[in-house]
Amino acid sequence: MKRFLPLSILILAVLAIVATLLPPRNPAEYDLVAFSRLPTLVNGRIKPLDTVARTSLLMLQGRQRVTAPNGRTITPTEWLLDVLYRPEVANAYPTFEIDNPDVLALLNLTAEDGFGVGKNRFTFDKVQKGLPELERQSKLADAVESAVRTPFQKAVIQLRESIVLYQSLQVSLLPPNDDHYLEQLATFNATVPAGLAAVAAQHSGKAPDMSAAKVILGLSDTAATLESLGYLRVIPPQNRPTDPMGWGNAGAALRQSLDHGKLDPALAFYAQLGLAWRGYQPATFNTLVHDYRAGLDRSIPSLMSKCDTEARFNSAEPFYTSMMIYVVAFLVAVFSWLKWPDELGRAAFRLVLLAWILATVGIGIRMWLEGRPPVTNLYSSALFVGWVAVALCLVLERLYRNAIGSVTAGLVGFSTLLIAHHLALGGDTLEMMRAVLDSNFWLATHVVTVTVGYAATFLAGFLALLYVIRGVFTKSLDKATADSLARMVYGIVCFATLFSFIGTVLGGIWADQSWGRFWGWDPKENGALIIVLWNALILHARWGGLVKQRGLMNLAIFGNIVTSWSWFGVNMLGVGLHSYGFMDAAFWWLLAFVASQVLLILVGSVPLAKWRSFSSQSPA
Amino acid sequence: MPTLLRDLRDLLVSLKLTVLLIVFSIVLILAATIDQVNLGIWAVQEKYFHTFVVFWKIGNVSLAVFPGGYTIGGLLLINLLGAHFYRFKLTWRKTGIWLAHAGLILLLVGQLLTGLWQDEFQLRLDQGQSKNYAESYRNVELVLTDTTDPKFDEVVAIPEKPLARLETVQHPKLPFRVAVKTYFPNATLAMRGPMQPADPSAPATQGVGPQVLATLQPLTYKQDERNIPAAYIELIGPDGSLGTWLVSPLLDEPQRFAFAGRNWKIALRFVRSYQPYTLTLLKFSHDRYAGTDIPKNFSSRIRLTTPDGRDDREVLIYMNNPLRYAGMTFYQAGFENNDQTTVLQVVRNPSWLIPYIACALMTVGLLIQFGIHLTGFFARRRVVAA
Repeated sequence: MKRFLPLSILILAVLAIVATLLPPRNPAEYDLVAFSRLPTLVNGRIKPLDTVARTSLLMLQGRQRVTAPNGRTITPTEWLLDVLYRPEVANAYPTFEIDNPDVLALLNLTAEDGFGVGKNRFTFDKVQKGLPELERQSKLADAVESAVRTPFQKAVIQLRESIVLYQSLQVSLLPPNDDHYLEQLATFNATVPAGLAAVAAQHSGKAPDMSAAKVILGLSDTAATLESLGYLRVIPPQNRPTDPMGWGNAGAALRQSLDHGKLDPALAFYAQLGLAWRGYQPATFNTLVHDYRAGLDRSIPSLMSKCDTEARFNSAEPFYTSMMIYVVAFLVAVFSWLKWPDELGRAAFRLVLLAWILATVGIGIRMWLEGRPPVTNLYSSALFVGWVAVALCLVLERLYRNAIGSVTAGLVGFSTLLIAHHLALGGDTLEMMRAVLDSNFWLATHVVTVTVGYAATFLAGFLALLYVIRGVFTKSLDKATADSLARMVYGIVCFATLFSFIGTVLGGIWADQSWGRFWGWDPKENGALIIVLWNALILHARWGGLVKQRGLMNLAIFGNIVTSWSWFGVNMLGVGLHSYGFMDAAFWWLLAFVASQVLLILVGSVPLAKWRSFSSQSPA
Repeated sequence: MPTLLRDLRDLLVSLKLTVLLIVFSIVLILAATIDQVNLGIWAVQEKYFHTFVVFWKIGNVSLAVFPGGYTIGGLLLINLLGAHFYRFKLTWRKTGIWLAHAGLILLLVGQLLTGLWQDEFQLRLDQGQSKNYAESYRNVELVLTDTTDPKFDEVVAIPEKPLARLETVQHPKLPFRVAVKTYFPNATLAMRGPMQPADPSAPATQGVGPQVLATLQPLTYKQDERNIPAAYIELIGPDGSLGTWLVSPLLDEPQRFAFAGRNWKIALRFVRSYQPYTLTLLKFSHDRYAGTDIPKNFSSRIRLTTPDGRDDREVLIYMNNPLRYAGMTFYQAGFENNDQTTVLQVVRNPSWLIPYIACALMTVGLLIQFGIHLTGFFARRRVVAA
């Protein structure tokens, strides 16, 4: 049993990964998977509809799964189809998460109206009645500077943004309250030329066919509405379809179709698809999708393969699987301290390696999709901090083989992926880079190096946490383990000093190259500098003999506070050239983290005689 | 050597002092970062870094609460130099430490020089407009120009300080005295309604003054706003007052008047730094990502000419690609006026090269030092394993 344990754990984990990589299956006879891979331009990037469905749901309700009122679970793609083509059905899905009690009161909603475990998910039908009042309140809140808004005002604005997103998604293909629109498009090529002739006749003073002309006027109005409000730019341009500037929404395509008297083929496809979806005709639906897709494969093959990869990447959720394996690895590694250290230790190491490889592949795919270095926003920085820290842990574990590296890897890997998961709630994480950041050279050098510095400083802090927790609360921290931990922390602090210093310097050079000054005391610059200074302080205190092993550990734990401040804290100040990602929900988490670290430093400051590991022996 | 001096020397070269100074600098930088929310980045630098002592206002009393950037940086410099002269021996194993600290000393000196020498200006150009000067972002001057001779202007500029102190200025080139009656550090202007009775605090009698009312505003420290002063200036000739003018950079045109047979202009404007070349904005472009408002790039196509005709060329200034010319760096800082006006930040920093050298020294030093650690670590492991 003992001999086969590492191998069987590894095989189980590999099987779990393989299961996520299998092609997603369609729940019913509709080929939703093929539909979900169709391309659209949203927020400056051409992406599969699958990504739009998932990120919209994350923004509306913080998760990708939708449960219909009858209890059936709906995939994001199915939800998107209903939002686009069957508004009356979609409006009855509980997809608005509202937690603020004052906002609920404002909309006359109670928990009885809500769905889900927390009774905090509401349907558009229920929310709709309160929209005028919501609009009024959000106008009041708009006037308040974002930093000083009350929780109620923030919740109002957030809900208003959700509603706007939902409604503009809904008018991507269908105009509101028009039952004949799709039928009109279906007969477009037959009826519209006559209508255009009638309009021309009207202009030249001849007796026009009034009913035919009326159709054209109606369609022009619809085109104007859809063009100004529609969210999805699903229509590829006829010439140069790879240039994102040419992609338009359905309204623009309808306007151009009216000009030419001939329906745009992509618009025709989406109209027929709507009829098939509304009419419950899976066979027609599938044929339409496959034919349209075949055309795209001919005109934009490279974009389509990117969309396919992205949709597969979405459904495989590699970071989620990786996060789960880190948890298992952590538990296995901790158990290895109690029993079967060799076998379980090896199993934990392999699990960490597996999870890390998975994360590597995930980060690699993101880089390929985006055409960017690994760190472009807060979300990807969380992924990358975890990746670097775990890589260092793997090295430590290879050197020391005492499961400390694996335990820390499990802990850091899990925490950073959890942070990343929460940062992803803001929408699509493959964003376009704002002008000043649009430089792959500096993103690849300065940003990556600084992030490696963050990761190493965190790692030193987490290793020190292990030292304190094991030393104070257990008897397991013998002299050899304590010494090896001290060497690890010291080595990682050296590594962190080097990288955070070089990263900060590269930032200065970037600033000098693009702004003409090396150092401007901007909050983010200061945050990076404080990390360098703190690491330098640890090293000097150690060299000067001002701290011994335990002092080193406490200083390293404080490094966690310093790094989290620089990583997230300065963004919350909302000032400076670097403040691109302002977040406030995370503020309380940051505070809680800082408090926990202070608490552990206090625990670490308990006299060594009180430490369970040291009470029976002479202090280390 | 007396004990006291020896103790002092030991303290000055000790690692304890180093650690203490690092702690102090961390606290200083942290406080300066957080205070940016209230003060903005410029005031913070003056208050925390370009000073020996940090003062905090508690009520109406300014209390010295913390050593400032000059004190901490200076002590760090003494500590570093002292430790190296007194304690370190030049051995191969110490080269890394030597290089890293030499780089740090250079970096600190470079920062000091930057603080002393660096100048920043702004250059606003409308489409098609030409300018041969940049303007200060914060400092104003009162300018009196004698325009009688069509061939040249004679300019007298009075800096902000005497204005703010409400001084009366007499200058040999001016046939009148300049008396500052009121000075608002930040003010807005509004048209005075016909029904409004004359405000005794708004005593302007000449130029646009009688039609316009200046209102004092609280000082702003926000990054995207600036303080725009206004002043009431009385000019007093040998035979009595010429009248009182309202001046502010918000008034587009200087106000003209004639006195003693000569023509004059009076204006309060942001301090100008004239350059021996002219920049003309040919086109400002603001690119967005397809279907969004996310800015992809800002760029200004500029024509650069010198009076001697030696330079006459077009340059493109865009994000991460500034124009460096004659010791100045022009970078794309913003835009205004519906993409019709470009705002360039202009920086002069004669000591720009020092940080590069310093950082190269430090990087090499750290690499050597930690490289020695690492090889030592692996060597020991091999011994243990064997």
